[in-house]
Parts: sequence; C-alpha cells; structure tokens
Amino acid sequence: MTDQASRGKISREEVVHIASLARLGLDDGELDAFTRELGAILDHASTVAEIDLRDVSPMSHPIALSNVLRDDVLDECLELEDLQSNAPDFFEGKFRVPKILDEP
Amino acid sequence: MSSDSLEGWDLVIGLEVHCELDTNTKLFCGCPNSFGDSPNTNVCPVCLGLPGSLPVLNSRAVDLAMRIGAALHCDIRPSRFHRKNYFYPDMPKAFQISQYDAPINCDGWLELTTGKRVGIERAHIEEDTGKTTHLGESGRIQGASSSLVDYNRAGVPLVETVSAPDMNSAQEAKDYVSELRAILVACGASDGKMEEGSLRVDANVSVRRSGSKELGTRCEIKNVNSLKSLGKAIEFEAARQIAVLQQGGTIRQETRHFNEDTGETSSMRSKEDSHDYRYFPEPDLVVISPDEAWIGGIRSGLPPMPAERRALLGSKCGAGSPGTPSSNQVSTVVAHGLDALVLGALDDGADPRIALSRCANEAVARVDAALHLAPTSFSRLVTMESVGDITATQSKLVLGEMLDEVDQKLEELGGSTGGFGGYFEVDPEAIANSKGFEKLDNTTLARTLDDIVESNPGEWERFLAGDEKVAQFFVGQMMKSTRGQADGKAVISLMNARRDKKG
Repeated sequence: MTDQASRGKISREEVVHIASLARLGLDDGELDAFTRELGAILDHASTVAEIDLRDVSPMSHPIALSNVLRDDVLDECLELEDLQSNAPDFFEGKFRVPKILDEP
Repeated sequence: MSSDSLEGWDLVIGLEVHCELDTNTKLFCGCPNSFGDSPNTNVCPVCLGLPGSLPVLNSRAVDLAMRIGAALHCDIRPSRFHRKNYFYPDMPKAFQISQYDAPINCDGWLELTTGKRVGIERAHIEEDTGKTTHLGESGRIQGASSSLVDYNRAGVPLVETVSAPDMNSAQEAKDYVSELRAILVACGASDGKMEEGSLRVDANVSVRRSGSKELGTRCEIKNVNSLKSLGKAIEFEAARQIAVLQQGGTIRQETRHFNEDTGETSSMRSKEDSHDYRYFPEPDLVVISPDEAWIGGIRSGLPPMPAERRALLGSKCGAGSPGTPSSNQVSTVVAHGLDALVLGALDDGADPRIALSRCANEAVARVDAALHLAPTSFSRLVTMESVGDITATQSKLVLGEMLDEVDQKLEELGGSTGGFGGYFEVDPEAIANSKGFEKLDNTTLARTLDDIVESNPGEWERFLAGDEKVAQFFVGQMMKSTRGQADGKAVISLMNARRDKKG
C-alpha cells in the first residue's frame, strides 16, 4: 500500500475483515477509500499517545460516577399492537426475521 | 460408554453455568423478569434496543451477583460493563452487555461433596438474549426459511460462573453443577430450574494422555439442558476426541451442539471470525464500585450454605456416611431448600427416616407448594405416621392433598409465588379423617390375617418354613382386604410374632 496516511495504521485486509463483521458489502474502490480514511482517523487519534500519562491512572469512563442503580421495581412495557406496527414482519406475536445463517 | 475406553487418557472439564437471577425486573429496564408469559409482552425500548434508550442497572441484580460471589469465596471487586458485538437477531442492539476484563467476582472455589475443591475463575453479570425459533421443514437453523424472535428473555439478568478446568470425569461435572445449583438456590439468586432454562450449562472438554501436564485442545459443548445430558455429552465428546487422536488426527477448537435425541455432539457451523466480538467499554453505564460496608453486609447476610445445612440435617437425622440412602435424601432436601420441614418435624420428635422420606420423595416432587407449607403442618403429618395413626401409603396421600391446598391458596394470592415468602397451615388430621383413614386396631388386623391364612394355607406354610418372599404376598392381601388401611410394618410384625410362637 502506497498511501501515506494509512501506512502502519490499518491494512486493507483489516478493513475487509471489519466490513465483513459489520455485514457491509464494500467494492474495491470503497475498500481503498475506507482504508485511507480510517488510517487518517487512527493517525489523528494516535497523537494522544504522545502525551505523558505516567501519573494518570487508567479510567473506565469519562464521567466520574459509580454505582448508578435503580430499584428492582416494575415499569410499563410496550403494547403488542405498537410493536407490531413498528416491525417489518410480525407473526404469531413474534418478530419474523430472515433465516439466520447465510452459509450454504 | 464405559470408563474402560478412557484407559490411558485423562479428561479435563471446565464448566460455564449461566444462572438467571431471581429479580422482579430485567437487568437494565423495568420490564418483568418472568418465564412463560405471552411472547413479546415484557419488552420496552431498552430491551428492544430502540435508538435513544438508555440502560439503568438493577440494584437487586448486583446484590444477588455479589451474594453468589460471596458464597463461592470470590474476591468481590470494582467492575464495569463491556459491549460484546455480534449480529444475531436474539439481540436487537447487535451487542450484548456483559462484563469482560473487570468481572464483579473472581478467584473463588466450590467444594464438591467428595471434598474436592473446584476453582472458580469468575462469576460475572450479563444480560440474557431473546429466544429464537426457526421456521422451516427441519426446525433447525440449517434449512430454516425464517426465524421468529421473542424478546421477553432479552435483558433478563444472568450471572455466568466460569470454573477452572479442574474436573476430570462426567460424574464430577454433574456433582459440580448440582452443588452450584444448591448454592445458587440457597443464596436466593435462582430457582435453579434447569427445565425452564434458569440454569444453563456449557461444558469445555479436552483429553490428554494420562500423566501429561499439557492441556489438550478443547471443544465447547452447548445445549446441555439437564444433569443427565451433561454426563452423556461429556462422555460422548471425550470418546470422540480420543478416537480422533488415536487415529492420528487433531482436535479442532470449536463449539459443538449436543443432540438430546441421539446423545451425540456435532460441530456447529459458524463463520471462522464469529468469535471476534470487538469488546469495548459500555459508555452508557458507569462502574460498580462496592465499598467495604456493602460487601461486608452481603457476606455477613449470607444464609447458611448447603454443605453446612447438610451437616446439620444429617447429624440430626443420624444419616450415615456419603452414599447411603438417607444421606442422599439429606442432599435432596437441602438442594431444594426444604430443610425447615424436616428440622421442624424432628424437633417435634418425629421419626427421622419418615420425615426425610416424605420430604425427599413427596415434598421435593412438588417443591413450589412445599416451600410454602408450614413446617408445623408437615410435622403433624409426619408425627401421625411416626406413631402409626396412618400408614405410609395414607401419609403420602394426605401430604399430596395438603400440597394441593397450598397450591390453591397460592393461586388465590394471584398465581404468583414471586416474593411471597410466607407459609400456609394445613390440617393433616382433617384430611385423614375426611378420607376415613383410621388406625386399624390390633384385633381387626389379627382377624383379617386369620381369614387370609385360612384361604391361603400353602403360602402360610411356606412363610412358617422361613420363605421371606411370600411375606410380601400376605402384606399385599392384607392391604387389599383393608383397602390400604393396614400398616405394612404392623402386618409383618404380626406375622413374625405368629411364626416365632410356632417355632
């Protein structure tokens, strides 16, 4: 790969892999374009690595909150009619979806 | 498969047990956590993953998870949630919220009844998925034309307990699951009903040459729905792996499906990269960071665990060493949380064997009702049988009707036992009287025996000559003549007394 921004950041193979995990069908031109764009984004984000963080402990969340809990108390559910009207396909009270495994 | 074919090989088994937590509501929303309701009636924007909805953690689910951790001697630690990303219609968000690198409980152990300790690597919180059924000719995924999804189960709180690969036989794996099940029930975390999917087991199985220290390649077996299936699945899978290795093949690490009907495991077709879940921290939830007071409260509030309760009940009943029928009964009673019934009866002076039998055989079979039967009522019944006012057969019938009454009263409460922890008093004497169960006096018993002896002189001679097999014939005849009112034991002792007199 000759593209400057993507070098070392993300390979075309990785983009193919990620696209297949996300069930995205990309053509060759799109794969090239996303490899370039994702590389640029990673490159930009990698400037964070230049900051000296030796004295900062790792954090899980940007908001310094913990133990946000609710009581185990019943709340209202949706009506079946509303579900049905929002679903592309509904059958015998259940959502009908295309067959799951697409392998032969 | 006999254990002989394992000759020269060691089994290594680790288990992952998913337990649905006994909460009123789901893990991240206020929808009911309830089994068996009409499809898609317990759903809301949060568990359907509708855009803009946000999860809020159920505090009782966290309490129960910590109780499980405490009962399994785990470190209870600050934890956080991750998104496990995958595309499958059982999770409409396209990810499952689980715990990944920072589980709430880790590094514990569980002691089997044999005394062996099995390591617990972690016990983490996650949400359950929806339930899919496959339409099409075969009813299986392959060949299905479409699938139907019910999201009532989506978002139900689970704790997944992951053991270390410390078990070495199908029997040990079964012992582990039954002890874990008893502990989960004792914690109040689960109803322990495998048949309703409250407890689901995945088994990681590998084999290695005896004496080898290196672990073999493991396969994960899914769809194991009972203890019996677990044993069969492990034995089949071990034999399959050994056969492959003996023929010079290699084991491929894969997920295999256990087929209840054939007793075999088969490879589940899946894409090679399907395990690339791209975990990342769930930004919509903050960390759980229980302080010492919270953890201390959980640990000190833990009720007595099954091992301790078995020891107590066993010693009060005079149960023998492991393996004797009565110690099995003690385990059964404790596993179902019915110790209070037996202990109450023992305090009232009932015969321990009778108290244990009625509880382990009859009450356990109807545990939902039995959990709400007042120990005093059970005690009165067992005492009636102990002093011989009613026979064992009659006692079982009366207990059945007592539990019917409890069921009726529970139904009057609205059909839901959830949350109701009270007991119902039921009068066994009233039921016995209404059925005309009265103790036969000795004169009647003796007269009935006279009649039967007269009509069966040959059999009586054989009995007098010491043929014990024919004794059961007389008991059967006595039962018939008295329409079940005779006490088998009283009949035998009457017959023995007559034989002794002759001799």
